[in-house]
Amino acid sequence: MNAVAEPVQAYADSFEALQGRHAPDWLAALRRNAFAQFAERGFPPERHEDWKYSNTRALQKLRFSPAAAQPAIVDAASLDAALLLQEGAQRLVFVNGVPAPALNAGATLVEELRITSLDVALRERDTRIRDLLLPQALWDHDPFTALNTAFLAHGTLIEVSAGTQVPAALQLIFLSTPLAEPCANHPRVILALDENSRLTLVESHFGLTGAANFTNSCTQIVLGSGAQLDYLAVQREAPDDFHVSRVYVSQQEHSRLVSQIYNLGGQWVRNDLRVRLEAPGASVHMSGLYLADRRRHVDNHTRIDHLAAHTTSDELYRGIISDRGHAVFNGKVVVAEAAVKTDATQTNNNLLLTRNGEIDTKPELEIYADDVKCSHGATIGQLDEQALFYLRSRGLDLDTAREMLTGAFARVVADRIASPALRSFAQAQLATALPQAATEKCA
Amino acid sequence: MAKRATDLEKLMRSEYRHGFVTDIEADTVPPGLNEDVIRLISAKKGEPEFMLAWRLKAYRHWISMHEPQWAHVQHAPIDYQAISYYSAPKTQKKEEGPKSLADVDPKLLETYEKLGVPLHERAKLAGVAVDAVFDSVSVATTFRKKLAEVGIIFCSFSHAVQHHPQLVEQYLGSVVPYSDNFFASLNSAVFSDGSFVFVPKGVRCPMELSTYFRMNAANTGQFERTLIIAEAGAYVSYLEGCTAPMRDNNQLHAAVVELIALEGAHIKYSTVQNWYPGDANGQGGIYNFVTKRGECRGANSHIAWTQVETGSAITWKYPSVILRGDNSIGEFYSVAVTNNFQQADTGTKMLHIGKNTRSTIVSKGISAGRSQNSYRGLVKVLGGADNARNYTQCDALLLSNRCGAHTFPYMEVKNPTAKVEHEATTSKIDDDQLFYCRSRGISAEDAVNMVVSGFCKDVFKELPMEFAVEAQGLLAVSLEGAVG
Repeated sequence: MNAVAEPVQAYADSFEALQGRHAPDWLAALRRNAFAQFAERGFPPERHEDWKYSNTRALQKLRFSPAAAQPAIVDAASLDAALLLQEGAQRLVFVNGVPAPALNAGATLVEELRITSLDVALRERDTRIRDLLLPQALWDHDPFTALNTAFLAHGTLIEVSAGTQVPAALQLIFLSTPLAEPCANHPRVILALDENSRLTLVESHFGLTGAANFTNSCTQIVLGSGAQLDYLAVQREAPDDFHVSRVYVSQQEHSRLVSQIYNLGGQWVRNDLRVRLEAPGASVHMSGLYLADRRRHVDNHTRIDHLAAHTTSDELYRGIISDRGHAVFNGKVVVAEAAVKTDATQTNNNLLLTRNGEIDTKPELEIYADDVKCSHGATIGQLDEQALFYLRSRGLDLDTAREMLTGAFARVVADRIASPALRSFAQAQLATALPQAATEKCA
Repeated sequence: MAKRATDLEKLMRSEYRHGFVTDIEADTVPPGLNEDVIRLISAKKGEPEFMLAWRLKAYRHWISMHEPQWAHVQHAPIDYQAISYYSAPKTQKKEEGPKSLADVDPKLLETYEKLGVPLHERAKLAGVAVDAVFDSVSVATTFRKKLAEVGIIFCSFSHAVQHHPQLVEQYLGSVVPYSDNFFASLNSAVFSDGSFVFVPKGVRCPMELSTYFRMNAANTGQFERTLIIAEAGAYVSYLEGCTAPMRDNNQLHAAVVELIALEGAHIKYSTVQNWYPGDANGQGGIYNFVTKRGECRGANSHIAWTQVETGSAITWKYPSVILRGDNSIGEFYSVAVTNNFQQADTGTKMLHIGKNTRSTIVSKGISAGRSQNSYRGLVKVLGGADNARNYTQCDALLLSNRCGAHTFPYMEVKNPTAKVEHEATTSKIDDDQLFYCRSRGISAEDAVNMVVSGFCKDVFKELPMEFAVEAQGLLAVSLEGAVG
């Protein structure tokens, strides 16, 4: 066996072990197909344009066991301390990719919000799942999506009926815990908002100290006409965790997505967020904050496809790079020929604080229509010397001054959140990670 | 509206003004490429041993390479064995190039007349030394004497290989090595001629240096090689302009330009490119796959690229600057116009290595018809480039609903004192501005030209006088019939 095929082989063994599980024919075929695709292509090649700055070598070297084999014990109180969104908020908890109903909390918000565990849905509502799943099951030959589909078992199906405004936020928590043998887990979240419904979803990925797992999550979102989703993703994995996430969104007429993502933890993180504005009037407002401190590698790829007239997108990503951190941002906006009157703006700002840090950014525009207004901007810079001097002249020490200015830089992202509860949650999450990054000097 | 449409149709059909073929017998090597062809080219030019060795090294490297696929362009595969790699006008004696205009074939001179480049007149009136390249061999060089007085060497590349081999050997391939990329390697193996400029220490070149390129024999790829060296404290401004006759077969052009600026030197390189872009149906046209790179080798050196690109069926060109010396400056100003089925993938690379290095990029793309126009740029700041500074602005103007405008900027920064800024906008030509002009009695065509000229002003003001005027005219011609 050659060196290239070996990392794939490790997954092949786990895949074979799962073959006995009961599944409808279409699902078994889909899983086999997905695995065949992954096996054929393997991990992304190093010179691939989409993986230019993120090589998967470290990930390929590690061997992970399948998640379900190792039950983990977590206590609900410590979970609250770290991740409580709001008193009484409904939450669903997964531990290493497997549902942990004992940790769930909060009462069902409204009847029209239907939450089905994915394993149950695959058994009992397989036609519905199939319709939702198939369009993006093997998306664009992406090896991680294929891998997720091959191991498809756990996750959740969330449906909101037409016209329902869900009054409070729903929280999904994915915990990564220390295990004797690190595990790979592939959660899949499928979200379908029917016309004119509205939901706030908070997805938290949290790693307990000592965890060193590989999370390969995939989220599919379908927004019906007039639907609105407020989506907040907070990633605070443990320092040795690997995290890959794929979020696919398709939007119908006048639907609106407000998404915000925080990358605050993990050893090696790669996120892809893809939004398709498929019908007139659809809009997306996305923002993100990434923190590449210590030796972390954080890569955010976003892609917005404007496919219909009068669609709007507005994107703001900010990054803070310190110590030996390496951050990558790639934001692509594609305006199709039919998408006239598109309005697209994109901004990426980076603070590079230390000598051994690195930032690679690439905002892309691909435009095939003429009557459009598109712009993008990217900056890479440092804390303002004069602002630092001003603060120090007022008696603040250097670390505090740096922390304040870095905090202000990051705050711009959190300030975009409309809901006060969510905003303070995001700020609290940020506060746990930021001071360290802001004052970190190069070793 | 109906009237406007017919006017437009008329304009759309307006043919490429510079499309004609001069009937001169050419000394052409049969199509195909192998080591023998390279030996033949080298022998025909009577090159020293080191040149042949270098060409063969490049060829051997080239056969191990694959044509790059990453550019945002589409074309039928190129058959490199169907191209003839050497062509020289036969009427010219091989041993000795023309000494003065009187030695030049009158037919060639006539060609330049048709192109609107009356060589002697231009030389006299504008004070410009023109090193005209007809197909692959230099046929006339003027003002050489005047330049020689101050120690400047301005001659054809083959002349430089014969008479200044030590300079060629020292600098050739030092910025664009023979292994650089697919097209640069091909060029290194088979380049026929080009221009060579050497400005010695402390000399300010007294005039703008200029060269006109022109392809003539059918199926002859042209592989130009330009090398410009500015020693410490020297200054030179070099102008390059191109037109080519109308052809149905696509012609490949893979040139290499190398600029070397030593301490405190300043090189300004301006290009107006107007090669045959193909007809309104996308038939024919030049493939322009060029490697242009300058190196600010010494401290306080300065290289500026200015280009106006209106021609070629496909353009694939990234004039770059390696900012190696401390405090060195790199600039890139570009206007790229695409119409009909033209495709352009162009931009720049700024590599910051030295401390306090600065770069400015201003790129204006104008797309019309069914063309695709891409900006692709790289700004890379290495760990040692303290206080590096970059400002990039790229704007795109769309004139039709079938065209595309794309931006692919890469920014890679490894230094915490660097400041890098990138801004890009894409929009349609402003209807209000057009309406205002029309309400003042300005025709639709002129109104578009006015708005487009304003859009490109930042770049045009960087061009030398002679070119600025020509560029404006060229823009107007290129966009004829583009707005509807």
